[in-house]
Amino acid sequence: MTLDTLKPGSTCLVKKLTAEDQLGQRLMDMGVYPGLRLTVVRNAPLEDPMELELGGAYLSVRHEEAKFVEVEG
Amino acid sequence: MGREKTLVALAGQPNTGKSTVFNAITGASQHVANYPGVTVEKMTGSYRYDGAKVEVVDLPGTYSLTSYSLEERVSRDFLLHEEPSVVVNVADASNLKRNLYLTFQLLEMQVPLVLDLNMMDVAKRRGIEIDVKELEKQLGTTVVPTAIRNGTGKKELLKSIHAVSLSERPSEPFRIDYGPLESFLTEIEGELSGNGALWANYPPRWLTVKLMEGDDEARRLVRKNHSNPELLLAFVEKKRQAFESEHAEKPERHVAFRRYHVADDITKASLKPKAASSQPLSDKADQFICNRFLGPLILVGVIYLLYYLSIVQGYNLTNYTWPLLAKLRSLTESILPNPGFIEEPLIRSLTLWFVDSINALLNYIPIFFILFGLIAILEDSGYMPRMAFMLDRLFNKFGLHGQSTLPMVLGGIYVGGCAVPAVMSCKGIPDERARFATILTIPMLNCLAKVPLYVLLINIYFVGHKGLAMFFISTITLLMVLPVAKILTRTVLKKKETSPFIMEMPPYHVPTIRGVLGRATERVWLFIRKIITIVAVIAIIIFVLLQFPGLSNERKAYYSTQKDLVTANFYKKIEGNPYAEHVQGKNLMALVIYWDKYKNAKMMAKGKDAAKAINERFKEENPIFFKIAQPKKDKDAKKLNRAFKKVFSARKKLLREIKKEKIDNSFLGQIGHAMEPYTKWAGFNWRINVSLLASFAAKESSVATLGALYEQEEEGESLETRMEKGEKGFTPLHALALMLFMALYPPCIATSIMVKIQTGKIRWMVFSMIFPIVLGIMVATLIFSGGNLLGLSGLQAMFAFYGLALAITIGMGFLKNE
Repeated sequence: MTLDTLKPGSTCLVKKLTAEDQLGQRLMDMGVYPGLRLTVVRNAPLEDPMELELGGAYLSVRHEEAKFVEVEG
Repeated sequence: MGREKTLVALAGQPNTGKSTVFNAITGASQHVANYPGVTVEKMTGSYRYDGAKVEVVDLPGTYSLTSYSLEERVSRDFLLHEEPSVVVNVADASNLKRNLYLTFQLLEMQVPLVLDLNMMDVAKRRGIEIDVKELEKQLGTTVVPTAIRNGTGKKELLKSIHAVSLSERPSEPFRIDYGPLESFLTEIEGELSGNGALWANYPPRWLTVKLMEGDDEARRLVRKNHSNPELLLAFVEKKRQAFESEHAEKPERHVAFRRYHVADDITKASLKPKAASSQPLSDKADQFICNRFLGPLILVGVIYLLYYLSIVQGYNLTNYTWPLLAKLRSLTESILPNPGFIEEPLIRSLTLWFVDSINALLNYIPIFFILFGLIAILEDSGYMPRMAFMLDRLFNKFGLHGQSTLPMVLGGIYVGGCAVPAVMSCKGIPDERARFATILTIPMLNCLAKVPLYVLLINIYFVGHKGLAMFFISTITLLMVLPVAKILTRTVLKKKETSPFIMEMPPYHVPTIRGVLGRATERVWLFIRKIITIVAVIAIIIFVLLQFPGLSNERKAYYSTQKDLVTANFYKKIEGNPYAEHVQGKNLMALVIYWDKYKNAKMMAKGKDAAKAINERFKEENPIFFKIAQPKKDKDAKKLNRAFKKVFSARKKLLREIKKEKIDNSFLGQIGHAMEPYTKWAGFNWRINVSLLASFAAKESSVATLGALYEQEEEGESLETRMEKGEKGFTPLHALALMLFMALYPPCIATSIMVKIQTGKIRWMVFSMIFPIVLGIMVATLIFSGGNLLGLSGLQAMFAFYGLALAITIGMGFLKNE
C-alpha cells in the first residue's frame, strides 16, 4: 500500500521510501522515515496536496510524491 | 583563545523562531547582502558583549545540511570555511525530535555549539517538559532554554555564547552510533587519515559520513584536496555498494534513519510528556481555514483585504504624501534658472525630468510600506503555507507552485498590483523551475502603472461597454500568464531543477508589531536603495533620446519670429496704459513667472484663509504685478490683464508646439517612425511607438508622452478629446491591440533589476524583457490584422480573443508536466 491512497483520518506505519535521490532525501530530512507512525489529516480543497501529521508536526505532500512512501495500516 | 572578533552563526530549521532570535540579539544593527555568487540572502548583524563586538550571521533556515539545496550548501560552506567562534542552533522545543536531526549534523561538523531550545512557552502549553541537564549530558553541549518571543532567556543565551566562545572544543565530541555502518566508516576514515590538507581542514568524522552518504560536495572536496582522489573515491563507492547489498538499504538512508533513531532515544530520556498531547489549536483552526468550502472563501477574503488595504488605502495615503513630493519638485524648480519665453535652459528641463521620474517611483512608497507590512503578517502568522496548500494543484498544472500564490496576488492577479514586490517575494519558492516561471510571468499581470492607458483608451473607444472592457483587460492577463508559464517550463526552463513539494505547515502565531514593522521598513529601504539609482540613470538616457538632436536653426528662427509677433501685438494693445512701463523687456518674462507661481499657489491653497495669506504674500512680493493679476476695479489693470492672458496662452501653445516638434525630431521619434512599417500590422503608428518606447523607464509615462504628442487646441481640453481628434483613423480594434500590448509590456526598469537580483543573471533579465515584446507584437498583430481580415469590431475581437485564451489555458492545464 502507498501513502497516496490513504483517506483523511487514517493512520499508518511507514515501511519504506522507494524514492531515489532528492525526493527520498527530502522526505527523510522532513521527518518521514521507516518505522514512523503518521496520520493523514486532510486533503487540500482541490484534493491535492495532502496534509500529514507526524509526531506533532504537520507536513503537506503532493499525492504524486506520496506514491513513493510504502505504508501499512 | 580570545580571538579579536567573535563571529556567531545562527543555524536552525525553519519555523523555530530563528529570525526572532536574530532580531532580539542584534537589535537595529542589521545588514542584508547576498552570499557570493548566489541569490541567497545573507543577514548579518552585531551586538556588544563585555565591551567586545560580536558579529552575528543568520544562516538560511534548513532542515538538513545536504548538498541538494542551495540554502543547505550555503549554510554548510559557511560553517566549514568561515569557522564561526560559536554556532547557535535554534530549535523548536515543542518539536525536539525533528530538530535534533539538524543538531546532530552540526555536532558532527564539530562546530562549537550552543543549542537554543526556543519556544519553551509553546512546549509548556502543550504539556511538554524538557530535562535540560539530561539533554546537555546526552549531547555533550551547552543547552539554553528560551522563549525569545516573550523576551525570556536572552541574557542566558548571550552568556552561554560568550562562555562557549572562550572555551576549548571538547576532545571527545558527540558521536552518533551508526550501527552496522560503523565498520565501513572506520575503513574509510583509515584511508583518509593523515592525508594532508583534507585531514587537517575538515572534520574527519563528518567527511567520512558524508562520503559514505555519496554527497556530491564532499566528493568535490576530496578531488580538490586529496593526493589520490580517484583511488579514494573508487574505494568509497565500493564500500557504498557493499553496504547496500549487505543491508538492502542505501547508506544515506541508513544514516538519516539512525539519526532519527538516536533522536528518539535522546528525546525519550530528556522529555517528560505529562499527558497524551491534545489536538493542537492550529490544527483545530485549520479545520476551518483549509476546509474544502470555507478555505477558498477565506482565501479570497484575505486576498481582497490585502488589495484593499495596500492598493486602495495605500493609494489614498499617497494623497497626503504626493503634496510633499510636489513641494520637493517646486523647491527644486525655485533654485533652477528661470525659463525663457520660448526657450528652456537644458539644466532646468533635465533636472525637472529627473525629479519627476524619481517622484513617480517614490509616490509608491506608502503602498509598498503597507504591502510589505501585510506580507510580513502573512509570513509570520503562518497563513502563507496554507495559501500554497490550497492553490498548489491549480498552479502546479501550469508548471508553477503553490507558493506562486503570493507573488501572483502582489503582481496584480486582478488589476492594480506591482511587479517589484511580487518578483521580490518569489524568493520563497523552493522549486527552481517554478520560481523562474513565476518571476518571468509576473510582469505580464496588471500593475498599477498600466491602468492609466487602459482607462484612457476605454474611455474613448469602448464608451458603451466600459465595465466589460475593464473586466476583460483585468482578467485576460491571468489567462495569458498561465499558458505562458507552462510553455516556459517546458522549453527554456526545462533544464532547471525542480524540487518536491514537501512543506511544513507551522503552527499559527500572532505576529509581533516590531517584527512586522521592522521587515516592512527593511524591504522598503532595500527597494529605494536598489531601484532609485538605476531608474535615475535610465531616466536621463530617455531624456536625451527625447530631447536631441532638437530643433533645426531654421525652425528655431521660425519660433523666434512667432514669439516676436505675439509680444509686438501685446505691446501695441497696451500702448498708453499706465502699467505698460512695468512690463517692458525682461519684466514681461518676470510677469509670466510671477503669474505662473501665483496661479499654482492659488490652486494648491485650501480654504479662504490660505488663499488670503497667498494674496498677501504675492502682494508684498510685487504690488504692481499683483494689481495686474487681481485688477479688481482698476480699469487699466483690467485691460492689461486681458491682453496679458492672451500672451500667456499664446506662449503655452508655442511651447507645446516646440515640445511636439522636438519629440518628432528626437532620436526616439526617429526610431518610432522607423518602426512604423512593422508595427502598423499591430495598429501602432509612430506616435504610439514613441509613447511605448518612452514608457520603458516607467509605464506611467505612456499617458504623459501621449499627452505631449496630442496637441491641445483649446485650453482645458481633455486628453481623451485630443486623442480622438488627433487620431481620426483610430478604431476600437487599434485600441484593443494597444491595450493587450500594454498588458504584455516588458517589465519596467525597477522590476527588471529585481528579476536580475532574484535570478542572479543578467541573461534572464534580458530574456524577461525580450520575450514579452515578441509575444506582445504577436498578440497585437493577431488582434489588429486578424480582426481586420475577419471584419471584426473591437468588441467582437475582444470576445474572440478571450475565448481563444481561455481555450488555450484549459488545454494547457491538461498537458502533463514533465
